[in-house]
Amino acid sequence: MKTVFARTPSLKDCPTHYCPGCGHGIAHRLVAECIDELDIRERTIGIAPVGCAVLLYDYIDVDCIEVAHGRAPAVATGMKRTNPEKIIFSYQGDGDLASIGAAEILHAGHRGEQLTVIFINNAIFGMTGGQMAPTTTLGQVTATTPRGRTAAEQGYPLQVSEIMALLPGVIYVERTALDGAAGVRKTKKAIKHAFELQVEGAEGLALVEVLSPCPTYWRMPPAKATEWIKTEMTKVFPLGRLKG
Amino acid sequence: MTTNGFCEEVIIAGFGGQGIISAGKLLAQTAMKAGRQVTYMPSYGAEVRGGTANCMVVVANEPIANPVVTRPNSLIAMNKASLNKFGPRIKPGGLLVMNTSLIDTEPDLDKTIEVLAIPIDDLAAELGSPRSANMVAIGAYLQKKGHLTPDAAAQALPEVFAKRHHQTLPVNAKALHRGTEFAANGS
Amino acid sequence: MSQRVLMCGNEALAEAAILAGCDAYFGYPITPQNEITAYMSRRMPEEGRVFIQSESELAAISMVFGAAATGKRAMTSSSSPGVSLMQEGISYLAGAELPAVVVNVMRGGPGLGSIAPSQSDYFQATRGGGHGDYRTIVLGPSTVQELVDYMPLAFDLADQYQMTVLVLADGILGQMMEPILFEKRPGRELPPKDWALTGAKGREQNIVRSLWLAEGKLEEQNRKLQAKYDQIQKNEVLCEEYRLEGAEIVVVAYGIAARIVRSAVSRARQEGMPVGLIRPITLWPFPTEQISRAAEQFRLFLTVEMSSGQMVEDVRLAVAGKAPVLLHGRPGGGVPTVDEILDIIKELSVSVKR
Repeated sequence: MKTVFARTPSLKDCPTHYCPGCGHGIAHRLVAECIDELDIRERTIGIAPVGCAVLLYDYIDVDCIEVAHGRAPAVATGMKRTNPEKIIFSYQGDGDLASIGAAEILHAGHRGEQLTVIFINNAIFGMTGGQMAPTTTLGQVTATTPRGRTAAEQGYPLQVSEIMALLPGVIYVERTALDGAAGVRKTKKAIKHAFELQVEGAEGLALVEVLSPCPTYWRMPPAKATEWIKTEMTKVFPLGRLKG
Repeated sequence: MTTNGFCEEVIIAGFGGQGIISAGKLLAQTAMKAGRQVTYMPSYGAEVRGGTANCMVVVANEPIANPVVTRPNSLIAMNKASLNKFGPRIKPGGLLVMNTSLIDTEPDLDKTIEVLAIPIDDLAAELGSPRSANMVAIGAYLQKKGHLTPDAAAQALPEVFAKRHHQTLPVNAKALHRGTEFAANGS
Repeated sequence: MSQRVLMCGNEALAEAAILAGCDAYFGYPITPQNEITAYMSRRMPEEGRVFIQSESELAAISMVFGAAATGKRAMTSSSSPGVSLMQEGISYLAGAELPAVVVNVMRGGPGLGSIAPSQSDYFQATRGGGHGDYRTIVLGPSTVQELVDYMPLAFDLADQYQMTVLVLADGILGQMMEPILFEKRPGRELPPKDWALTGAKGREQNIVRSLWLAEGKLEEQNRKLQAKYDQIQKNEVLCEEYRLEGAEIVVVAYGIAARIVRSAVSRARQEGMPVGLIRPITLWPFPTEQISRAAEQFRLFLTVEMSSGQMVEDVRLAVAGKAPVLLHGRPGGGVPTVDEILDIIKELSVSVKR
């Protein structure tokens, strides 16, 4: 029988704690596959965020650290500057990266740190129970925007990738979406490129923003969630390569 | 600070840019080379940005308790504001070295305080090096106190100034001696 | 450097850190410790090591966290308001059991306070400072030479116990210059850093974490931390006793205040007053036993500190009611003078005689 799909070695053989239809499991797999394809597992250090993916190290079999909310890019800076030969990646959600860690990601980019940043944007705080994120869309109902987000009350959704792309120290920014097979393939290509740049020693930060479904707190079935990415999220967060 | 043994507490004060910090460092460096106990404490932070500068140097034979000088034995006042601020704090029997190039009033101090009125900036200008005023002051002060020699101070100059300023060492040594000479002769 | 050099405390401790093998320094400007950051920006690249001026103290301590996790010797420095911001990272360092050295050149508070010297971060330093049940080792040097001597010890203790060592200085110690000697002394024998994140090559994945969700796991982890702290309390107390022979009054003071008290005690002794000094050098672990023993022997305790009275609580806990414990505190940037302390000692001498 022909094998059409096999688990990549850096992805642990265990069920995840993620909700049905969540994008994290897929994103983890893509990261693990890229690490194995580039043969960098033995020199890679991963940084888990505070958020649903805090247990990243339970699924991705590389050296890992758990850090304070939002501080991953600063921790990564400390690691990479003292260990230039290592491959450092942070995996951060929208609360982590775009809200509490806005300063750290901006300044890591501003300094041109040689890092790979995987930014999972699901427009919501998942772990704490579905509160508004900076990336929550207008009209979106969350635990803390019960009447829907309005520009007047909560401001517009924050387009972090567009901001990051403006910085000379940031060499690659791409936004992709886990909204179907094609989107998953594009996401993997982008993540791999973001790792390749660091492996090559390219001078600057590479960031991939991944629009990712959160059916639980979007309060919709998984199939509808991927549809919502296509029809609603991409209006605010257009897909494609923003830089590099 | 100590009851027996020598302990000299000096405040050097003036405008930012008058070389207050270098003067204090020179005194401290000279004292260290002479084998004395010494501390040096600058004014720091926002205070410095206000345009005034001062530093405190303690030279002693015993371990020094506190580098912060509240009641100096000696004050080198390079401008009027410094004299007004620190003059009243000089201990009875102490010394005031007063820069008459920039201070035109008589100080109203305890009668036991010795006052050396010296046109520090004018003397430095006569040497063709107005920026050496701080050295004239230190030379005059050392002549009055006698606990370290102007020659020892001149020898410590290279350690106080950055290498890029080393072409100024001869004129600074000259300024030190000019201060000493004025303090000794009154002219 | 085998001869005495004149250096300010901030630069001297920075050089001492370099000599102690500090691999990386991360810091954010704040008075009165800016000389450390400036010195490191020049010297660390000269040594081929890492210097970064971070975007905030939050980032600085997080960079320390990252470098420390890979097994490097990392440090940061700041002053009181900045150290408050670092408490997040210090708590995570404690949880993850990572070694780090943090220097606090204390200034007056609360809030923006002043830039004048102070000792009002004693509670924050000795009680952990951030959230959770943890400690940091706290060293309280009293002279610029001690700053120099304790930096290598700070790095060794951090590595040995995998925790943060806080060097608690103040604006005077940081700014003042005095002659110092850099002497190379042998360091401690230290355990291998087999927990470090170096890439999972030929071994299982290493994980540095502070999250323990499974039932009972966090309690277990906390008990492990406490057992470590007990060892430190037992083995690492540093304390100086001065002129205790024949004393009736014991002054307890640390850091710059102890330096001033020491002169007051010396003068009081010359005038025949029965007074001595106990100077805690490690503020945590606190010399509880030493002071407790002294309480059996001496009649009166006086704590002198540049705060409204923080260390005095530890002194009272140690004395445990066996003798009166008085306080002379100078908060908000006030610096006690020798005369001021001498006057208090005189009064107390009269009262103990009665």
